[in-house]
Amino acid sequence: MEQLYQRDIYGKTLVELGRQNKDIVVLDADLSCSTRTRLFAKEFPGRFFNFGVAEQNMMATAAGLASCGKIVFASTFAIFATGRAWDQVRNSICYNNFNIKIVATHAGLSVGPDGASHQALEDIALMRVIPNMNIIIPCDGPQTRDAVIAAANTEGPFYIRLSRPKVPTIENKGDFKFGKAEVLTQGDDVAIIACGIMIPEALTAVKNLLEKGIKARLINIHTIRPLDSQVLLKAARETRGIIVCEEHTVIGGLSSAVDEIVAENHPTKVIRLGVKNRFGQSGEPADLLKEYNLTSADIEKAAFAIIS
Amino acid sequence: MAYGKADIKELEEKAKQIRRLIIQMLAEAGSGHPGGSLSAVDLMAALYFSVLQHNPKDPNWPERDRFHMSKGHCCPLWYAVLAESGYFPKEKLLTLRKLGSMLQGHPDRRTPGVDVASGSLGQGLSVALGMSLAAKLDRRNYRVYVLLGDGEIQEGNIWEAAMASSHYKCDNLCAMLDYNGFQIDGKIKDIMNLEPVVAKWQAFGWHTIEIDGHNMKQILSAYAEAETVKGKPSIIIAHTVKGKGVSFMENVVDFHGRAPTKEEAEKALKELE
Repeated sequence: MEQLYQRDIYGKTLVELGRQNKDIVVLDADLSCSTRTRLFAKEFPGRFFNFGVAEQNMMATAAGLASCGKIVFASTFAIFATGRAWDQVRNSICYNNFNIKIVATHAGLSVGPDGASHQALEDIALMRVIPNMNIIIPCDGPQTRDAVIAAANTEGPFYIRLSRPKVPTIENKGDFKFGKAEVLTQGDDVAIIACGIMIPEALTAVKNLLEKGIKARLINIHTIRPLDSQVLLKAARETRGIIVCEEHTVIGGLSSAVDEIVAENHPTKVIRLGVKNRFGQSGEPADLLKEYNLTSADIEKAAFAIIS
Repeated sequence: MAYGKADIKELEEKAKQIRRLIIQMLAEAGSGHPGGSLSAVDLMAALYFSVLQHNPKDPNWPERDRFHMSKGHCCPLWYAVLAESGYFPKEKLLTLRKLGSMLQGHPDRRTPGVDVASGSLGQGLSVALGMSLAAKLDRRNYRVYVLLGDGEIQEGNIWEAAMASSHYKCDNLCAMLDYNGFQIDGKIKDIMNLEPVVAKWQAFGWHTIEIDGHNMKQILSAYAEAETVKGKPSIIIAHTVKGKGVSFMENVVDFHGRAPTKEEAEKALKELE
């Protein structure tokens, strides 16, 4: 299976967009090697601005640039983009509804050895509560390109969440449509709703469940805002229960978003697989997913809990 | 389109008119920030009625000079200057802070002439930096002006922006510091001392111009000097009096964030005749 860094695809896509549109400007805060905005910086040095270790300034400066008609991409690690600079994102970017795309890398536990200070487990929640903000969490390399292009072509603020490690390319997803969830496998026993690096885990779980006679419907909910409530409610109606998987706290992120829609419209059993009131810690990504109960085995266990 | 140059006497008369409008709108609103609005009137009158290249009939004119009010709580001043310039009818000023008004309690893009919202302190210098970088990218000659409060520059974001503005040699950027010496909790020097202010900005790579912020001649020459500086941003450090122009508001910390009552407003307007 092809394995790609989402960050590599992001950097390459920026260069592609930069060639097409001279109004695209890219900002970074001393992490351009890691976020891969350096690829854009090399080709378009005049349209790249490094702000050093100063994320708040980067986000508010993005607002000034956007007020003059620029399409601004601003990148750093997810924890700093959403935590350190939250007030700038809220007041200078989203309140003005500016055309700014925050593309954050190194989200979630899979940051790995750097540990808790660098593992953003709250970023989806922090971005989801701000009006005007759109959120995409692509599951692999090719979908990262789709997400970045969709953000560039759609007016308004975006948060795109990327991972640090290489991720497997998911086959047969169909065409990416911003705001439209992808049903990756059909089934009426349970629904699994996941995004980002939880998709490969969920696919393994679906395969194992099928061998045990359980048909799971896997939904790749790459767009968290606006949320595709139709697909979610269809799953709530047609299956015996929903499992939500996210590499994020179960409070305020995807789990909460699904809970809100389902509870209001078609209450059903929901099991949330995510980080439960804990910080992250150092470790290899695969070991961390085990430690925090986010593996395919945990998804299978949840499926049996719903069926029984 | 350039706005006509007015002489000093005319500007002083404009400033007085702006002060009257501020008192009237705040008294009507029943809340808001008179102290820091009044202290920066002369800086703003000189800017909007003599220095700024703008066109109130075409607020989005791409070549316009940009102005951003980083100390957003002083927006009554901005609104008064915009109305006086002709961006919208003066009657609208009496809707300040009311439900559905285009004049929000802090600056908002629904107001003609306001490009970027503000209110959460410390972000406006970065916003101005972004506008300055955009001018360079687009090879446009417009200048960018930003009004900072003295209490506001206690925010760390200001110094991040100060560093970046000189790093990127933003000589089209001019900041004005309304140094009235007070913040909401008391005197700046007691709450969180800023001194030495001039040396701080110089250390961050800025050209500094220190003036009496109520002397129109000094204000105009400061704007002119800033325009000639190459390779670095400029800051006009304007020593001002909080509540300037209304005797019972001058240097009274209570009027940082309290609107005048109807009686106080009448008294103030008499002083401003």
